[in-house]
Amino acid sequence: MSVTQAELHEFEQQADHWFAENKPATPDFILPETFMEVGTDQQFEYLRDWQNKVYEAGYVGMAWPKEFGGGGMDQVFQDIATRAMAKHRVPFLPNTIGLNWAGPLILHMGTQAEKQKYIKGILSAEDIWCQGFSEPDHGSDLGSAQCRAVKDGDEYIVNGSKIWTSLGSYAKYMILLARTATGGPNKYAGLSFFLAPMDAAGVEPRPIKKLTGEYGFCQTFFNDARIPASSLMGKEGEGWKVAMATLTFERGAVGGQAGGLSMMDLSINDIVELARRAKRNGRPAIEDPHVRGQLVDLITESRSNALMATRSNVPALASDWPTSVSMSGKLRSSELKRRMCQFAISLQGANGARYVSRDAVDGGMWQRSYLNAFSGTIGGGTSQIQHNIIGERVLGLPK
Amino acid sequence: MAAIEFSEEQSMLLETAADFCRTHSPIDAVRIQIEQEHSTTPELWQAMADLGWLGVTIPEQYGGLGMSLADAVPIVESMGRHLMGSPYVATTLAAQALITSGNEEQKTHWLSEIAAGAPASLALTEEDGNWRLQEITATATANGDALTLAGSKCFVLDATQAKVVVASVMLDGVARLVLIQADQIPSGALAREVVIDETRRSYTLQLDGISVPQSQLLDGADFVALEQAAMLLLVAEMSGGLAGVLHVIIDYLTTRKQFDQYIGSYQSLKHPTVQILLSMEACRSHLYHAATLMAAGDAEAAEEAVRMAKAQGSEAFAFAGDRAVQFHGGFGFTYECDAQLYLRRALWCQYQFGDAAYHRELLAPLLLDAAV
Ligand SMILES: Cc1cc2nc3c(=O)[nH]c(=O)nc-3n(C[C@H](O)[C@H](O)[C@H](O)COP(=O)(O)OP(=O)(O)OC[C@H]3O[C@@H](n4cnc5c(N)ncnc54)[C@H](O)[C@@H]3O)c2cc1C
Repeated sequence: MSVTQAELHEFEQQADHWFAENKPATPDFILPETFMEVGTDQQFEYLRDWQNKVYEAGYVGMAWPKEFGGGGMDQVFQDIATRAMAKHRVPFLPNTIGLNWAGPLILHMGTQAEKQKYIKGILSAEDIWCQGFSEPDHGSDLGSAQCRAVKDGDEYIVNGSKIWTSLGSYAKYMILLARTATGGPNKYAGLSFFLAPMDAAGVEPRPIKKLTGEYGFCQTFFNDARIPASSLMGKEGEGWKVAMATLTFERGAVGGQAGGLSMMDLSINDIVELARRAKRNGRPAIEDPHVRGQLVDLITESRSNALMATRSNVPALASDWPTSVSMSGKLRSSELKRRMCQFAISLQGANGARYVSRDAVDGGMWQRSYLNAFSGTIGGGTSQIQHNIIGERVLGLPK
Repeated sequence: MAAIEFSEEQSMLLETAADFCRTHSPIDAVRIQIEQEHSTTPELWQAMADLGWLGVTIPEQYGGLGMSLADAVPIVESMGRHLMGSPYVATTLAAQALITSGNEEQKTHWLSEIAAGAPASLALTEEDGNWRLQEITATATANGDALTLAGSKCFVLDATQAKVVVASVMLDGVARLVLIQADQIPSGALAREVVIDETRRSYTLQLDGISVPQSQLLDGADFVALEQAAMLLLVAEMSGGLAGVLHVIIDYLTTRKQFDQYIGSYQSLKHPTVQILLSMEACRSHLYHAATLMAAGDAEAAEEAVRMAKAQGSEAFAFAGDRAVQFHGGFGFTYECDAQLYLRRALWCQYQFGDAAYHRELLAPLLLDAAV
């Protein structure tokens, strides 16, 4: 597809204008920072309505096939629209699991019927998706998952539980990793992957309170839950392969995502600005030489991340380990965000000890953000596990 | 802001340079060269001249290729990757001093010489190790048509090979640059320094007793450009060195066994190694970003970028060298282990032209006190 510079420019202005005009008013309740923290109906509805509006205006799924509800356009248009969202700091799109990993997976390996059934609802946020991978006893060691699915005619009967299910209370579908056979040659054999309906009888998501005191994810119980056999994705016993494909979408190591923001963006400029306002021992924190040094380091590190993304566009400058940049995106950005929030609290003197309340600096958002930042460093594979993966797959170090 | 440009020509240069350095600077050759008087062999120097590298940054009218300093980056990075010593960096920086501060006559003479293969060097730092290039005590005093020099300069690289040295001196209370030809340096004025990076040939230059014609004073004195150029090429060496030391670490972690396991399977070795990988990727990104901005002539943005690169790279390379020694156990403590070569190189790079703390301090006003 050839696109002219003029077309791109015109589209950029159009998107810029639309997001400026349509940015929703800040609600009088606190918004979650990522899809992993949607804890109240109010929050959920606000975000879902927003995604629906963005979809109706044509700014998400722009590069997904038209026949299934996408825009059928070149990826560059989506990239421009996503940038406009970031620029105007509009809310994130809550159907993150659908837009960024279930959707691309279905488009990548689903049947025509599956694409017809699921894609449009993912984009419009009518059908929210959740992910049932982790279990109480098996998180990092996902391959040992024990939740059982036994075939019975044209259904599977599911028993067991999944945990830390983000959006579990709101989801219509779950990408579910369950064990359909035991006693295989290794723990991965016998796992199967389902696009499971959450409204099946016997599926019960129970909210769990997070460290912030808010709600945000669930434990999802399966008690003789019957799901259609047709919800199996790929072949029985090949679930691990499908789950791994999902994780490559999740880590952003391959393209195909629908676009849009998936979390509230925290920029280093926000922290510099806080350092100008916040006081340490009566003086603006930004005047403290120690604070200045740390700020320079954080700015340098966020610039490193931005530049690595830029350098990926220059294949000649790939290092001897060409996948390192794409494989480390989540690790680098989530760890940086956690440390930025930690640092932001340190700028507040004794007020660093406050939490969400009127008296706290910026209403306590930094403390809340810090606690929430662990969602990035634990969810989707912990930072320790990311180090293992990069060490083993990128550097070739032994397991 | 986050632009990185890399042309087809630069890609070719990088490929050629990577190939050349891999072929001519295997680690055994580096160790043999360490024992020699000079930092490189005449044959290799000639080969670099034949490839046109000495003239990469020199304008065409003086016999160069008319490219920019950014085009020397892939060459220096490849040298750094293989710990290849040579007067290339010193010569390129001396050329840079002439390009930014020399008059037509000086350029015509010396840039043509350099492009044709004459090594050259810079004499900026002094005994007190101050990184601020204009805070110096060496002097030049006008004496009729001549300038009488006094004081001494340190870390003059490859000085015994250089056909000309560009030295900084105070003249009438202002820091200036003056050319000193090899035949104007009396015997005994150069003394070899013992430096931590044994691939370097570094000298103290005694200026007392040296006198040069006034015509050897450079018209300009662009210390800002010179410092940026020096930092950029050091970061290029560090970026290459980080990749080199990472290979050394990985080789050992995937071949050495303890407790019946490859030591690379232990996370206290694996995870820091991943950190080194990511810091190398960061360094390389900052490097080519800074090079892009310098080539574009955006001095202010370039200063920010190159200081960031120097701060980040200095800490990253020093950490990598330090861990490389530790991860080799008892063997790491030996002269025979290659880890020390990289650690010593890292320390050199870290402490020449400003360490991380120094650049952070200079970056703070640039990044934090700009108009809100
Ligand atoms: C906010 C949030 C949202 C989430 N949303 C979802 C969701 O929607 N769906 C879903 O399926 N899951 C979700 N998760 C679960 C998440 O993927 C797991 O929590 C994570 O993979 C870790 O598993 P675990 O909790 O069992 O911890 P464990 O695996 O028990 O880990 C405990 C500690 O041991 C470390 N560790 C474990 N194994 C190793 C090893 N081999 N090497 C080094 N260190 C190791 C870990 O890094 C961690 O620090 C979510 C988690 C969070 C925090």
